[in-house]
Amino acid sequence: MTTLPRDTFRDALSVALTVGAYGVAFGAAGIAAGFSVLQTCLFSLLTFTGASQFAAVGVMAAGGGAVSAVAAATMLGTRNALYGLQMAPLVRVKGVRRIVAAHLTIDESTGVALAQTPRGTRSMRYGFWLTGSGVFLFWNIFTLLGALGAKALGNPASWGLDAAVPAAFLGLLWPRLTSAYLRVVAATSMAFAMLMTPWLPAGVPIIASVLVAVVFGWRER
Amino acid sequence: MSTTTSWMVLGATSVLCFSIKLLGYFIPEGWLAHPRLQRVNALVPISLLSALVVAEGLVIKTRIVIDHRLAGLAVALALLFAKAPFPVVVVSAAVTSALVYHLH
Repeated sequence: MTTLPRDTFRDALSVALTVGAYGVAFGAAGIAAGFSVLQTCLFSLLTFTGASQFAAVGVMAAGGGAVSAVAAATMLGTRNALYGLQMAPLVRVKGVRRIVAAHLTIDESTGVALAQTPRGTRSMRYGFWLTGSGVFLFWNIFTLLGALGAKALGNPASWGLDAAVPAAFLGLLWPRLTSAYLRVVAATSMAFAMLMTPWLPAGVPIIASVLVAVVFGWRER
Repeated sequence: MSTTTSWMVLGATSVLCFSIKLLGYFIPEGWLAHPRLQRVNALVPISLLSALVVAEGLVIKTRIVIDHRLAGLAVALALLFAKAPFPVVVVSAAVTSALVYHLH
């Protein structure tokens, strides 16, 4: 047994803290959308995949139906299945630990694990568990703080919470736009959502935007 | 939003999102290996998040509405260009929007 991989530890912890702190925004968004403090906290404990959580409460806040909210959250969560596919042979666990590993399989845990590839399998596995559990801890603490804070503040518009939510989505989107092609996909999706807004029930244009992803991804470039 | 609806959304979202995560650990590797599925899947978060920016920042019910939220979004965009960290972006957007809301 060698010493703990210190670089991996640093990577995992800095990601866990930064992303976890972002839970404040989700806590506030949940309250602004009309969920209770308990429900908002349960989202972070049980759903535990940031973009999907924001989508579920965001669609409800926008006046969308429950089905649209759940569908948007679920479609945003599909990438986690692909992450699990990559992480399963790495973490190699059975039973309850596999359930825990699955729950901790999110952007950040997968990202840090894959970033450790040059440092070897042990560092990758360590990065996955430490980042996953670190984000889980901080994300839930900060969700509670954000929810309590928003509850105390009152009217969401008065404190700019209604702008914090789209800004949060923009912040989640931004790091993914790593090429000109992906920026075109994003701009097209935004234009499509705007065009569809007057014609579809509230919340449905969000789901419909998946068509843009299908059209762009259909053929090999 | 009624209490029943909010619990339903919470329950369904949590069950479905967890099932998807679990799926990744149980299905054979080949099943999701189709290149087209992978290409589309890689783009889905980008399309959905883009549409969510629009839906939250520019829409009320089924209308495009330009209001204080757009001022907040513009500041967020500028700060993202300037490589500002996440919390700074969100808080600045909120503060800007709140200011415009009160001045208006």
